[in-house]
Amino acid sequence: MTTRLFGAPVPRSEDARLLTGGGRYLDDLGHDAAAVAFVRSPHAHARIVDVDVTDALDVEGLLAVYTYEDLEGALAEPLPLLIPHPSIVAGRTAHALASGVVHHVGEPVVMVVASDRYVAEDVCDRIRVEYDVLPAVVGVRNARDATHLAHADVPGNVAAHLVQEVGDARAAIDAAPHVLELELDIERSACTPLEGRGVYARWDADESRLRLWSSTQTTTGVRAAVAAKLELPLSAVDCTAPDVGGGFGVKIMHPWPEEVLVPWAARRLDRELKWTEDRREHFVSSAHERAQVQQVRVGFDDAGRLLGLDVRFWHDNGAYLPYGVIVPIITSTQLLGPYKPGAYRVEFDSLYTNTVIVTPYRGAGRPQGVFAMERTMDAIADHLGRDRVAVREANFIGPDEMPYDQQMTFQDGRPLVYDSGDFPATMAKLKDLVGWDEFAAYREQARAEGRRVGIGVACYVEGTGVGPYEGGHVQVETSGKVVVATGLTTQGQGHETVFAQIVADELGVPFEDVTVTTGDTRRMPYSVGTFASRAAVMSGNAVGLAARNVRTKALRIAGDALEADPQDLEIVDGQVRVKGNPSVGLPLSTVAVLSNPLRYAFDKASQAATQFVVGDPDSPPVAEDDEPGLEGRDFYSPPQSTYANGMHAVVVETDPETAEIRILRYCVVHDCGNVVNPMIVEGQIHGGVAQGVGGALYERMAYDEDGQLLNASFMDFLMPYATEVPATVEIDHLETPSPLNPLGIKGAGEAGVIPGAAAFASAIEDAEGFRISAMPISPSELFALRARFAAGDIPAVRTAPRPEGTS
Amino acid sequence: MKPAPFTLHSPSTLDETLEVLEELGDDAKVLAGGQSLIPMLNMRLAAPAHLVDVNGVRELATVSASASGVRVGALARHTQVLRDAGAAAAVPLLPQALSLVAHPVVRNRGTTVGSLVHADPSGEMTAVLALLGGSLELRSRTRTRTVGADAFFLGPLEADLQPGELAVSATFPALPPRSGTAFREVARRHGDYAVCGVAAAVTLDAAGRVERAAVSYISMTPTPVVVDATDAVSGRLWDAADWAAAARSCGDAVDPEPDLHASAAYRRHLGTVLTRQALSEAAAHARTATDAPLETAGGAA
Repeated sequence: MTTRLFGAPVPRSEDARLLTGGGRYLDDLGHDAAAVAFVRSPHAHARIVDVDVTDALDVEGLLAVYTYEDLEGALAEPLPLLIPHPSIVAGRTAHALASGVVHHVGEPVVMVVASDRYVAEDVCDRIRVEYDVLPAVVGVRNARDATHLAHADVPGNVAAHLVQEVGDARAAIDAAPHVLELELDIERSACTPLEGRGVYARWDADESRLRLWSSTQTTTGVRAAVAAKLELPLSAVDCTAPDVGGGFGVKIMHPWPEEVLVPWAARRLDRELKWTEDRREHFVSSAHERAQVQQVRVGFDDAGRLLGLDVRFWHDNGAYLPYGVIVPIITSTQLLGPYKPGAYRVEFDSLYTNTVIVTPYRGAGRPQGVFAMERTMDAIADHLGRDRVAVREANFIGPDEMPYDQQMTFQDGRPLVYDSGDFPATMAKLKDLVGWDEFAAYREQARAEGRRVGIGVACYVEGTGVGPYEGGHVQVETSGKVVVATGLTTQGQGHETVFAQIVADELGVPFEDVTVTTGDTRRMPYSVGTFASRAAVMSGNAVGLAARNVRTKALRIAGDALEADPQDLEIVDGQVRVKGNPSVGLPLSTVAVLSNPLRYAFDKASQAATQFVVGDPDSPPVAEDDEPGLEGRDFYSPPQSTYANGMHAVVVETDPETAEIRILRYCVVHDCGNVVNPMIVEGQIHGGVAQGVGGALYERMAYDEDGQLLNASFMDFLMPYATEVPATVEIDHLETPSPLNPLGIKGAGEAGVIPGAAAFASAIEDAEGFRISAMPISPSELFALRARFAAGDIPAVRTAPRPEGTS
Repeated sequence: MKPAPFTLHSPSTLDETLEVLEELGDDAKVLAGGQSLIPMLNMRLAAPAHLVDVNGVRELATVSASASGVRVGALARHTQVLRDAGAAAAVPLLPQALSLVAHPVVRNRGTTVGSLVHADPSGEMTAVLALLGGSLELRSRTRTRTVGADAFFLGPLEADLQPGELAVSATFPALPPRSGTAFREVARRHGDYAVCGVAAAVTLDAAGRVERAAVSYISMTPTPVVVDATDAVSGRLWDAADWAAAARSCGDAVDPEPDLHASAAYRRHLGTVLTRQALSEAAAHARTATDAPLETAGGAA
């Protein structure tokens, strides 16, 4: 019997290539391509008065300069609003090149094509753009105040407004024995993948075909968008994602202006063109996320049980709304976490500001929602003098209550129904792992030594595996090797390994014989993309289903050849054989030959197959309802998302003098259903935790009041180094299988980052003894908070809860 | 992020270098380790018409240590200085500070003299040179001059280096016997430019009493001023001195600016905390550096 690969920590097959410099990223392609660079707006909000290219024209190597006036047809229209939603009251999207008014620093105004990037930047330097500067709207509160407008024609800066309510939350709060109000702030951060965006286009004038490569999380989306914008038949455009050096969400947004402009100019100039985003461009022209101001009003009973929860928040969506309101909708729904909220009302405004657009960044609105809910849980515990975990436990949905309907509508338009999970068990594991019950003694001992330590905890539920579908194609070649294709793209997650594990198990072939291709529209034209922790759930199940089809066909053909009932056959190590009589059988390679009636004897496999006879000699060689070839294709389309969950605990030490914040321990208990590859899941958690540390302690987008991003480099945007993230992340798993898909799996990609800010706020609050309401937090800010606390400006919290049972 | 066009010159001897620099005058920038210059070129914050690459001038890649101090040639990398046992013995503050300069990959290329010439008020080596009363040797084709740290640093990113001149070496004098040093800093991330950094030197007399205490700062002052902290601790036994009072006495000498990473108040606070820590550590090193058993406050009590 072949060892089952599902659930095994199979080493990643892509690592040897990626770790030895064998990766092929966007900028590794198209050596001879001409280069594209952009003149970008230096102003956050301004009218373009004049573009003067006179000085640039004599630069040797210049090929073309384009402004908005050069764009034609669909390309001159605004870029699409990808995901419309009824809550959107004023949807504004950018033009591929700015038309009349720029709305954020970094918006592309002029496109330059030159022999290489050096020359292209020389040309950019010589182009003079005259602007009439307008007042800029920066920051959530300024957008809300609407003293100035980010778009002249959008009143109040409101892009979207949504209310969801279950029960009468306000009445429930008014009737509750205890009521608390919180005002919370989260700042901007960004995905900042190591590789920025990039596009490489080749126009074949003889065949009228476009070949496109993009460092994207969705090749099918980019392909369709480019075909539409360039008014080409979809069949004339192919799009491939080469190796992609990280995405984290910013590359699911599409089409970026550059993604349509580069192929457009390639066709127009009949030249290979490439644009590789540089780091400075990435900071000011790719997407950010996270900034929200939240007001929470909560009513609860003496045990800390929620009776009513009323959340009002304002979300900064940046200058445009191309990706719709996915992020605030996720915040408003996933805020509920593992809890029963009693009556719940949530209302948000999504606001325009003159800053870089906001689209999903790993976690996609969940870190903010979890921050709101977990700050609320800690505030309730403090108010009642109860243990923070006990308050959470009092509010958990029980495992016997699954599936649990939160009676809300999730971001996919489907009901927010949790499919499975055992929250009390997850918390019990976390308490054991971190030593929750022993911590009070440790904290007291540390205090006696003049040290400040604190522990924080945060819980989340994450809708993963969002539909509508993904497809898988599996083919057994006559060599016996198996090639697998799925349409969604990969950014280093280990898809080549995980999908091969699933197919190898299903087909009964050695893992090494399976090769996986992702993100190539030539191999799988129907796909959605990699986001929302959906790859393993969607494509994992799709390739599993496709492999099952192949297996069925292989058994049928082999049964025919062996004159055996297919039900009596099995496939082991690439051999189809009679169960209980392993000496009778034939290799899958031979079955692949037999599956095609056209059998030129090219190779030994074909010759070997000649001894077998399959099919009815009196019927057509390819029967009705059959196809030549040993291959299968299938699609997985779930009725709704599947809900993973997890709980984090962090122990910090804050320096009494320097206010530096040190992480002593980081513990994670994680439930993503059945685990395909525990090593890869742990790697995902490690990476997520690192980004959570960044979001909690280091990263922010430092915009000044004029909308200039002051820290647009890795020198001043403090992405944590390896030295800033915990060397060890202690992990325990719980596996409650999803009942929604054949493999019983849930997504794991975003999990690690989601509760980071909430857990750190809880821990720092515990160490310091005063309320933390805004994240991220730096030592300088902690120092300032200490001064405000000493002056009586911010409230104290109890860091040593009274023993349970006393009042 | 591609530099504007420039002409590259690659001399292989010092004489050749000085000739090229004289010929080019104002239009030339010297490229050594490039750890600051190359990013500035790539971001087009600097666009010199000529780059004079001195990486081929091997005669400048020297570190020589003696009892009187350490002389570091223009092409000596931070790592080379950091690993030089003679330099560490003569001037322990060099490795104390250099281990805080960025990360190994930066130290492997970046040069110590280059970072001095760059005159970044956040550069650790500026404070080291100032505190030790060191100097730079500046040569042009026609003259050689030696400029002390107190005169060399004119302002942030501004140093007294004239067109045609090359800083060929820096000299870090050794402190008197019974001296100790320390370098303390707080940076947002490991290896980042410090939010606040303090270099401290303490000299004891033969009885273990404080003779001199002084500090110098990075990221706190536009140029690396030396602040004398002796008054508050003069004549006190090394382990009984009120280093906190000494640190407070230095506070008036600095007037830090806020930036993205720290408010002025936080910087000022860190200045006092780190000054106390650095002075106290330097005093402990000074005690270790004395040969004879000394009286201590504990022993005297």
